[in-house]
Amino acid sequence: MDSNDIIKPENLVYSKSKVLTDTVMHYCPGCSHGVVHKLLAEVIGDMDIQDKTIGISPVGCAVFAYKYIDIDWQQAAHGRAPALATATKRLYPDKYVFAYQGDGDLASIGTAEIIHACNRGENIVVIFINNAIYGMTGGQMAPTTLLGMKTATTPYGRKSELNGYPLKITELIAQLEGTCYVTRQSVQNPGSVRKAKKAIRKAFENSAQKKGTSFVEIVASCNSNWKMPPVKANKWMEENMFPFYPLGDIKDR
Amino acid sequence: MKEELIIAGFGGQGVLSMGKILAYSGIMQDKEVTWMPSYGPEMRGGTANVTVIISDKRISSPILQHCDTAIVLNQQSMDKFEPMVKKGGLLLYDPNGITRHPTRKDITVCSVEAADLANRMEMSKAFNMVVLGAYLKMKPILEKENVIKGLKKSLPERYHNLIPMNEKAIELGMKHVKEVI
Amino acid sequence: MAEKLLKKGNEAIALAAIRYGADGYFGYPITPQSEVMETLMEEMPWETTGMVVLQAESETSSINMLYGGACCGKKVMTSSSSPGISLMCEGISYMAGAELPCLLVNVIRGGPGLGTIQPAQGDYFQAVKGGGHGDYKIIVLAPASVQEMYDFVGLGFELAFKYRIPAMILSDGAIGQMMEKVELRDPVRRLTDEEIAQKYGHWATVGKQAGRKGNIISSLSLAASEMEAINLRLQEKYRTIEKNEIRFEKLLCEDAEYMLVAFGSSSRICESTVEIARQKGIRLGLLRPVTLFPFPSPAIQEMLPQLKGIMSVELNSGQMVEDVRLAVNGAVPVEFYGRMGGSIFSPEEVFSAFAQKFNL
Repeated sequence: MDSNDIIKPENLVYSKSKVLTDTVMHYCPGCSHGVVHKLLAEVIGDMDIQDKTIGISPVGCAVFAYKYIDIDWQQAAHGRAPALATATKRLYPDKYVFAYQGDGDLASIGTAEIIHACNRGENIVVIFINNAIYGMTGGQMAPTTLLGMKTATTPYGRKSELNGYPLKITELIAQLEGTCYVTRQSVQNPGSVRKAKKAIRKAFENSAQKKGTSFVEIVASCNSNWKMPPVKANKWMEENMFPFYPLGDIKDR
Repeated sequence: MKEELIIAGFGGQGVLSMGKILAYSGIMQDKEVTWMPSYGPEMRGGTANVTVIISDKRISSPILQHCDTAIVLNQQSMDKFEPMVKKGGLLLYDPNGITRHPTRKDITVCSVEAADLANRMEMSKAFNMVVLGAYLKMKPILEKENVIKGLKKSLPERYHNLIPMNEKAIELGMKHVKEVI
Repeated sequence: MAEKLLKKGNEAIALAAIRYGADGYFGYPITPQSEVMETLMEEMPWETTGMVVLQAESETSSINMLYGGACCGKKVMTSSSSPGISLMCEGISYMAGAELPCLLVNVIRGGPGLGTIQPAQGDYFQAVKGGGHGDYKIIVLAPASVQEMYDFVGLGFELAFKYRIPAMILSDGAIGQMMEKVELRDPVRRLTDEEIAQKYGHWATVGKQAGRKGNIISSLSLAASEMEAINLRLQEKYRTIEKNEIRFEKLLCEDAEYMLVAFGSSSRICESTVEIARQKGIRLGLLRPVTLFPFPSPAIQEMLPQLKGIMSVELNSGQMVEDVRLAVNGAVPVEFYGRMGGSIFSPEEVFSAFAQKFNL
């Protein structure tokens, strides 16, 4: 049996979502972004809403998300994705609108926008990738960087006296009346990937039911800027990130 | 016809709304109008003044150095606006609270005891309409029916029940205005 | 006959937004323009035309809501005053870069900093030269009456969509707070989502339809050659706008020996200055730029053979005068008179300055 026999349609058990483009991703090997993109594309495909979904990409590593998921996209200024999503959803109440943001984008420069969009209960989905570091600019401290963690701007480790504390923005978001679903997930193994996909699907369904804002945090690794091989980065994440950023639903109503 | 006037007094005396009613009345008579407030961070109290221009032709500057008429309702405004009235122009004031009366001899000076009259008739809120009546008596540039129309346009509908009282106040002012100089 | 109302300039903007079929207004309160959003909220257009009105958490957010709304092919607008526009400049640059249409209203107050709430024209450079980063222009309209505040909402949207560019109404506290007669125009219906998809579906994020690529709206292009190509295209667009869209008004210029150049509220004051000069037998005219970008340089140049001098009159330290001098290019003397920080000149004051500068 050669490979041509194996790839016959009747033998197919898995295929790439049609909502993903064929463009080769620019993400580093081991990065979580690619997995989350795949899950988003699958959910959009499963729900058959490719023609009704508008994505907002951030400034950060995921700025080019628009190259990979085959839908209409808006590329926002740094931190402002929730403002774009607000207007888009209000002007097209029957479309699905999601903002895809990293920790610097969402929890630092864009704090006001995310808090107020969530507090207004905009019927949007927010995907929040938290890898505790600025990826695209080269590994500087993020608002979610753990105490003691070394980054390009905390070369001796983050110190609370100098840099303040890591920000649990998701817990803060859960306090807001406008949010209906706030959850923290990860994508480092098959089980967690399946759970994350369910969470994303639920968030999109909430948006159709106009229940308020759904907020999905993905605790992620950034092996390049953490300066670790991918497997070690995932292990480091489990041992250090998860105790501070515990997984699971924080709010579901 | 072109009438340039300044109305000035304390905030809360209805200076701006008097100007608005006058301007709206002008529109009802198919005139060109501008209404330009001086405004400050103080929402109440303080001095307020408004420049109103009513003209047959397109109005150029809404900002004036001199005016045909000054309507003055407190001492600060008297000090500031008496000198701005053009020679031969009109100064109308309520003597209530005025300690230094106007002295110019080259203008017409009129007074109306508007605050006193309005209080006695138990319609102190229509004080500014008494002043408006006095002004329209001295400068009959607008027909009364257009003033009533202007009043209706300026007031939100929920206050339209107050129109008869305002009309009465205008008549009161017309009756009681007197020439001083 | 059309209905005639007595309205503030700011109120006229709001009424016009509804009647010109705007889809969305996003704003943040700031004096002296808050009546725009207040009037919209009172009118509740979401009940009638379906227009969205939203008070944002900041001017930064407002402009980015505009960015999102404009991406959707919708007619979106905001209004603010000087400090708020400064905050918006980042977003305006993004919208210029991503070639998005929108309407901005700046009711200028005196600056710099928190400044004063009194009227000024100190944001001319910011509006006309591009207040944000990068090489860009926006269309700038300067209304001189409350009626023009109303009419330019329609014109602004028309030009913004014609060229896919932000358009700004550059007004000031005087025109914003002043009341004048406004004639309401026939209402323009909002486009339906289907009509928007048909008209702008080739670029707007209306939802990816089968058979076309996803529409991506971005101002990002990391390769220098690509970014230069985008810049060249933008510049070409600006030259087209300069060719087609200059608007101005002339007053008593036919026999003029001297000419004032003034925009917005200053031009209204200068109209009276011209009357004063004419009474004294001085042949003074007034040229009022209606579009500040594109600037009516050709109209100024046409006047040069008959002129002995020009004076630019502005409520700032001398900003537009630079564009006047570029147009005149030394052919006749160009003088300037201005007041700053919320102080306004009177017609007589402008005349004195004019007479003194030209020894008349």
